[in-house]
Amino acid sequence: MERRSSSFPAAVAAILIKDITSEFRNRYAINTLIMFSLVTVTVISISIGQFNISDEMRAAFLWIIIFFSSVSGLGQSFIKEEETGTVLALRLYSNAIAVFASKFIFNTILLLFLELIFIPLFFILLSVECGNLMLLILVIFLGSIGLTGATTLIAAIISKASVKGALFAVLSFPILLPLLIAAIGGTETSLTGGTTMEAIGDLKLLISYPVIMLIASVYLFEYIWIE
Amino acid sequence: MKLVSTGIKKVFSGFTVLSGINLEVDNGEGLVITGANGSGKSTLIKILCGLLRATAGSVEFMANGKAIPPNERRLYFGLVSPELQLYNELTAYENIRFFGKLMGIRVDNRFIHNLLEKFGLKGRGEDTIKSYSSGMKQRLKFIVSTLHSPEILFLDEPTSNLDEEGIRMVDRICFEQKKRGILIIATNEKRDLAYGEKVIELSGSGSRNSN
Repeated sequence: MERRSSSFPAAVAAILIKDITSEFRNRYAINTLIMFSLVTVTVISISIGQFNISDEMRAAFLWIIIFFSSVSGLGQSFIKEEETGTVLALRLYSNAIAVFASKFIFNTILLLFLELIFIPLFFILLSVECGNLMLLILVIFLGSIGLTGATTLIAAIISKASVKGALFAVLSFPILLPLLIAAIGGTETSLTGGTTMEAIGDLKLLISYPVIMLIASVYLFEYIWIE
Repeated sequence: MKLVSTGIKKVFSGFTVLSGINLEVDNGEGLVITGANGSGKSTLIKILCGLLRATAGSVEFMANGKAIPPNERRLYFGLVSPELQLYNELTAYENIRFFGKLMGIRVDNRFIHNLLEKFGLKGRGEDTIKSYSSGMKQRLKFIVSTLHSPEILFLDEPTSNLDEEGIRMVDRICFEQKKRGILIIATNEKRDLAYGEKVIELSGSGSRNSN
């Protein structure tokens, strides 16, 4: 009579593989992310033209693009499940936390893949020089994890609402603001060639933000997931 | 296995859909839930499955006199419902393999091939299911919901979109399920009443019970 479910890692892997297979076949989220970021980078580079802008401005532009690309594309994983009616099957046969973990990993892979494409382009088109590349990579990696942690949870919350797009942006902005401020600060320090110790305040926030967000998600997600 | 629910009530935006629903279904029994459109049949099924929280009341799955914890109940039941959809962009093989993994069942290609043949989907396993008709998707839902041989099988409008052969398939599944455990069907089809030793008729704001 006693039954055993799949292990947590096996369930996470199964949902992740399913999401990657689906994304490869319909390219819904990745196309939105790439198109949005490429168009924004191009528009910004044309607008700036020959003006010499500060590293603070460059860092802000970079994170504005990452933020709006995330808002336009990362919510799709939950919204699509809700709109196509597959969310019920997922809710029925899977552990809630495994669903959150797999969607979080999927969104992180998607965002890092996007950044791999558009950040080099951003550096070329805006003639950006980086003084501390390792610090920049660290800031972008931590900032992206914080961003996907928060947006995955927000996407689950808004997936049942009727005005998903607007609500996603409205809810995301205040929640992500501290992360964005720290990410812009850390990026500016890396561009100006500052040391890791100089960016330690921003790094502390960039590390603690995803940790807090993921712990909160583990507690909140089950309530969001049912009903 | 036994399913017991007491005093179930569900209110949506001030409108009472279900009120005072008490059920007790034992191993080997079938329960048929009937009622007009909007009477709350699907809502009741979702509450019994744990997909929806009741405003009041409780649902218990009992095994050997012990209540199964809510987070483990999904291992003991399957559901076929018009609201439950499978992944259109995946093939039948991929859908079955995916849900098998979630249920902790190892399913190889031969096993899936046999299931597809048994459920009349032979030769279509490698096609993405967006090319399937609604009846074929319904057959695939039956495969997924019975993959783990559940003790309790919930069927919401099980014969919708099915042809005569498909309806005979549902007959066979219902017969096998009652031998294995509990069968609960929400339906408006007169012929489906034969599946249940117990029948509950919902009126929209309560229920009339009959045995």
